[in-house]
Amino acid sequence: MSERTTPESGQPAAPTAPPSEDEHARLESAAEAGGTQSALRRLMSGSAGRNLGLVLALLIVVVIGVATAPDRFPTVDNTLTILRFASALGVVSIGMTFVIAAGHIDLSVGAIMALASVWATTLASQRMAEDFHWVTMVITALAVGASCGLINGILVAYGRMASFIVTLAMLVGARGLAEMISGKRNQIAEVQGFLDFFGGEVFGLPVLVIIFALVAAAAWVLLNRTTFGRRTLAVGGNAEAARLAGIRVKRHTMVVFALVGVACGIAALMMVARTTTGTSTHGMLWELEAIAAVVIGGTLLSGGRGTIVGTVFGVLILATLTNVFTLHNLDTSTQAVAKGAIIVVAVLLQQRVAARNGGP
Amino acid sequence: MTDALLRMRGIVKSFPGVRALDGIDLDVSAGEVHCLLGQNGAGKSTLIKVLSGAHQPDAGTVEWRGENARIADPMAAMRLGIATIYQELDLVDGLTVAENIFLGQEMATAGFTRRWRTDRAARALLGQLGHPEISPNTEVGRLSAAGKQIVSMARALSHDVKLIVMDEPSAVLDKEEVARLFGVIRDLTADGVAVIYISHRLEEIREVGDRVTVLKDGRTVATGLPAGETPTSEVIRLMTGRTFEYVFPDRVERDDEAEPVLRVSGLSREGEFQDVSFDVAPGEIVGLAGLVGSSRSEIIETIYGARKSTSGTVTVHGRRLRPGSVRSAVSAGVGLCPEERKSQALLMAESVANNVTLATLPRFAHASFIDRAAERSAATEQVNRLDIRPQDPSREARTLSGGNQQKVVLGRWLLTGCDVLLLDEPTRGVDVGARSELYDLIRELAAQGVAIVMVSSEIPEVLGLADRVLVIREGRVVHTGPAGEIDEHQVLDLVMEGSVT
Repeated sequence: MSERTTPESGQPAAPTAPPSEDEHARLESAAEAGGTQSALRRLMSGSAGRNLGLVLALLIVVVIGVATAPDRFPTVDNTLTILRFASALGVVSIGMTFVIAAGHIDLSVGAIMALASVWATTLASQRMAEDFHWVTMVITALAVGASCGLINGILVAYGRMASFIVTLAMLVGARGLAEMISGKRNQIAEVQGFLDFFGGEVFGLPVLVIIFALVAAAAWVLLNRTTFGRRTLAVGGNAEAARLAGIRVKRHTMVVFALVGVACGIAALMMVARTTTGTSTHGMLWELEAIAAVVIGGTLLSGGRGTIVGTVFGVLILATLTNVFTLHNLDTSTQAVAKGAIIVVAVLLQQRVAARNGGP
Repeated sequence: MTDALLRMRGIVKSFPGVRALDGIDLDVSAGEVHCLLGQNGAGKSTLIKVLSGAHQPDAGTVEWRGENARIADPMAAMRLGIATIYQELDLVDGLTVAENIFLGQEMATAGFTRRWRTDRAARALLGQLGHPEISPNTEVGRLSAAGKQIVSMARALSHDVKLIVMDEPSAVLDKEEVARLFGVIRDLTADGVAVIYISHRLEEIREVGDRVTVLKDGRTVATGLPAGETPTSEVIRLMTGRTFEYVFPDRVERDDEAEPVLRVSGLSREGEFQDVSFDVAPGEIVGLAGLVGSSRSEIIETIYGARKSTSGTVTVHGRRLRPGSVRSAVSAGVGLCPEERKSQALLMAESVANNVTLATLPRFAHASFIDRAAERSAATEQVNRLDIRPQDPSREARTLSGGNQQKVVLGRWLLTGCDVLLLDEPTRGVDVGARSELYDLIRELAAQGVAIVMVSSEIPEVLGLADRVLVIREGRVVHTGPAGEIDEHQVLDLVMEGSVT
């Protein structure tokens, strides 16, 4: 229960009464709150406050970058590098936000991405792309991603297996299959139309970044404005209540996993375009990076809540951090240690916020 | 009977909105079986929790073997020699019998467990309890409910125990197992151990008990009654009657000729209930009365499709519902307010509005995009209609009081325009003031033509609210009749002994 209880027999509040100051509402409800004053108050105390924390965290990382590498960090080129690097991981993390909001976890995102990248760049796939159109590569990657996600979803929802186990098996299996298909070799993507499209720029912005932005916008609408999103939160928040309200919990869970698979397919295409290769080593440990980004962003691992805006910030923070490390030639091992520490601190802070909000 | 082992005086314990214990006195002597009787909500469970250190009393004194004692936590209770065997047995299924018995006090040398010694000690305890056939190496998860109970008792005995509290131990046992349990209890008391025994079955209390204490509304109404000689009518008289009166709205005239909306016939679910049949007409309220564990909730949930029936049918408006399909029930116009609001009905972190519209989302969506203005106005309408306070649909459900949370769940089903409403313990966790408001609401819904099936542990509530009452005992309907023609004594007699005396 909250720290503030409502007197049962107290005077009924007028419908337009401003909400109490200690109430922490979500940004979504803040946006539509009646009265500018109360909306502002909610904005400051609610999830916008948490988002403010994320903006601050990002700023700190940026300031560190500017201070320690004033000649190389604050350039247009470097900013675009960060964004390009962030986009593929960003799309995966957005997918991950849905699974976590639905009360599950997906450890197979990196492996599915690797498999999709390999499948879309085999000699056969590329020849078909040359013969018809490079869109066939896109379709291949999306289909591979969706199928893997669907298998995860069916096993979790109808096989009643823990998502942790199912997706762990998919992680191992999908990466193994990717190795078999590619013969553990890097497959160079040579389809020019594909490379031109995904490697291109629109108004100076890389297409990869635009895709990330579009996916984020679509995901925000999906989570916050559709029945699908509402039901995802209901299933993650209280699956039993959702079931007893007549929601098809199993089918919904399955669809959420398939959706993540599609996100991995999109990310695979972005990765192939950025590195011009499809390989079974793409997306190594991305499951952890994505979970870290989601959690840093403020989505609770217990399910029932999810914030796309937070996840986008989480990804940007991680990507900028990696960039700063790389500019200083920190070896990957040191980077890993530093990242580990930062993730722990971020989650600790987030728990404090959740505890103060009296959230689940 | 020798000296007083335990003396509790004036124990008071309040929870937000409820005074669970309001001055309890209890005396237990060494070597006796002391039975606690009382209706649901009389305070038995809270009293046990105070005794076992799980709750701290707000006022009152506990004297243990002549000295003032403060039972600060379960460890303190254990040190004093008080062991509690809960209904929900607290064993680790994956460990062996011996490991469970000595959990937390393992025999070990430098961190290495002494398996052989542990097994021998466990075997001795099990033998002492008359169950040498239970092997110390068996995984506890493989034991029957009765076997688990024996392991719990062995664990209690592994400490130097003076008092064992048993909370409805017979609920999970068959007749033969109960007889063996009584044998164990007699052996224990012969050794000077005292037992506090809680059961709803009067015949058991007669057989094994020495003295009886009756609780009602958090107070001791009678203590030290001889278990064997006190007549049933006297016990029931003490358990019933209220210190506060429920106020129920007047019944309205109904059209008795109306075609039933809900028809349940021969509904059974293996191991839970058998052959339940009844009809509910529009505007009628049918109440199911019975003890906890009599499968009332299971019946309701099976009608709703949340559990799958093994035989029998449920029809709504003549249409047969698919067994085990909630969606089939919902689309036929059935709604359920489940027993556990928080875990089965509400999204605690979501707003009142989102909770109210959960079952009707597609109605507010165009191509699955939610029309939030329409959703909000529908939710606001329910908030106003049901007088949910505070009147703010954007407030998170968890910040509401129990009564208002229940209204949120009601509002969800009213929005679907349902014809059949299943209410499982609608006033649980709702304080007295808000109850009469819910009663009015339920009656009002019936007056509007909704067919209502209601389950409640509080017999006066069933009798006061329902038009017709079904009395359930151990999964069977033992009585059906108009609510006006049966009183609380008779119902209690039916659920406890199975016959009207």
